[in-house]
Amino acid sequence: MRKVLKYVLYDILRNKFLLGYTILLLILSGAFFGFEVDPGKGIISILNINLIVIPLVSIVFSTTHFYNSYEYLELLSAQPLSRKTIFFSQYLGVSITLILAFLVGVGLPVIIYNGDSSGIRVILTGILLTLVYVSLAFLAAVFTRDKAKGIGLSLVIWFYFSLVYDSLVLALFLNLSDYPMEKITVLFSLLNPSDLARILVLIKLDVSALMGITGAVFQDFFGSTNGLLISFLALISWFLVPLIASFRIFNKKDL
Amino acid sequence: MIRFENIYKKFGKLEVLNDISIRFDIGQSIAIVGPNGSGKTTLIKILLGMVLPDKGKLFFEDKNIFQTHAYRGNIGYMPQISRYPPNLKIRQLIEMMTEIRKSEGWNGDIDEDLYEAFELDKIKNKPMGTLSGGTSQKVGAALAFRFNPKVLILDEPTAGLDPIAAEILKDKIQKERAKGKLVIITSHIVSDLEELTDYMLYMQETRVHFFKKIDDLKDQYGGEKLGKIIAFLMKKKAYNTLETILSKVKQ
Repeated sequence: MRKVLKYVLYDILRNKFLLGYTILLLILSGAFFGFEVDPGKGIISILNINLIVIPLVSIVFSTTHFYNSYEYLELLSAQPLSRKTIFFSQYLGVSITLILAFLVGVGLPVIIYNGDSSGIRVILTGILLTLVYVSLAFLAAVFTRDKAKGIGLSLVIWFYFSLVYDSLVLALFLNLSDYPMEKITVLFSLLNPSDLARILVLIKLDVSALMGITGAVFQDFFGSTNGLLISFLALISWFLVPLIASFRIFNKKDL
Repeated sequence: MIRFENIYKKFGKLEVLNDISIRFDIGQSIAIVGPNGSGKTTLIKILLGMVLPDKGKLFFEDKNIFQTHAYRGNIGYMPQISRYPPNLKIRQLIEMMTEIRKSEGWNGDIDEDLYEAFELDKIKNKPMGTLSGGTSQKVGAALAFRFNPKVLILDEPTAGLDPIAAEILKDKIQKERAKGKLVIITSHIVSDLEELTDYMLYMQETRVHFFKKIDDLKDQYGGEKLGKIIAFLMKKKAYNTLETILSKVKQ
């Protein structure tokens, strides 16, 4: 595994898109902290990168990488290598490089300008979100042989979690506003990795006061040690479950 | 050496292989021939473990190889289209393949005949993404022969190569045949097959139509050239289909 992974890393690290992505993140984070006097506000702007840019780039880059490597995967599978080695070397190769880009582009400025616990949490959720969306990308990619369909599917996934999901939840709440829904919101937020990441950071920033009763319920749940543990576990299962599912499919897939 | 036992494969509703049972032995060089869509590529992919059969067993040196991978250390495979990670240098790709084999316990002699003959050493620091199609084919060929495998599987080996490189490759294949290896080639270039193989596996409509010595085949058809025989076989098929359709229409 390590041998194959080493060369996957060699290849992706020299990818120009990835370099551009790192530089873009650096410029954005530098600008957010540079223009804001209050680093706490900078963190909120950074959070938006985490929630929109990171998932989008992670999912599209990984799906494209998977399809572009298809002939190479075929060649590897004609070597004395198990499907497991082939699959996980690709997964680790892509996630390690994307996480590296994130750490350089976002992690470094955050540590420099705002190295407190909220900064750490932004970095931690950013890493987890990268892993989640790379897993979802691999799931989309093993699902269909057609590159256009695969990339389309991964964009739909991104669109759903980044935009559609929140509108759906909002619509639901508006229609059921006569009922006490505060506790259910916690459950709904566990069902969306992006929402989870958002709440985990916002809770640290004392802006939950702006969210009314729901905010208080959130503070209660996500502020407690158990709640924190559950929500991090939820984020971790958000990348482990699709990862295992996509490996299962890949293991039986006809290349 | 390699034995297919009642192999079936469907892609969705489309039947690709239907009850394939066949045995390849060491020392044979086999041409797999058949019209497009007859299941040639799928047969090879099953042998390499890229495609998993729905039913049936596959043995390599009398071991059932379903979902195992160690046996592939004995196979050198040259794909029809070679696309490698674009930013990896030729040198690194070769290093990687060597490390993979070594970690599987391989420690034979490295065969650099093709590496030298194709003068890959001069361009070993070029990234794979900058190579022309023909040059990546050369790299693919050099890799397939590099580890002195007992079995060589070559998918349209000369298709993308210039005439000089094609001759070099054909000479190399002859040399390996002389060593008594099992060589399996698919190609539509009949002259290559005539030169490089002595058995023909003819596939038609998901089944093995026949598997026999090319010399016997020629005798059967009165010493006709191989190209004509293949053309005749494929046309006969087309004619038969037409007849069955016509008879159905009449009914």
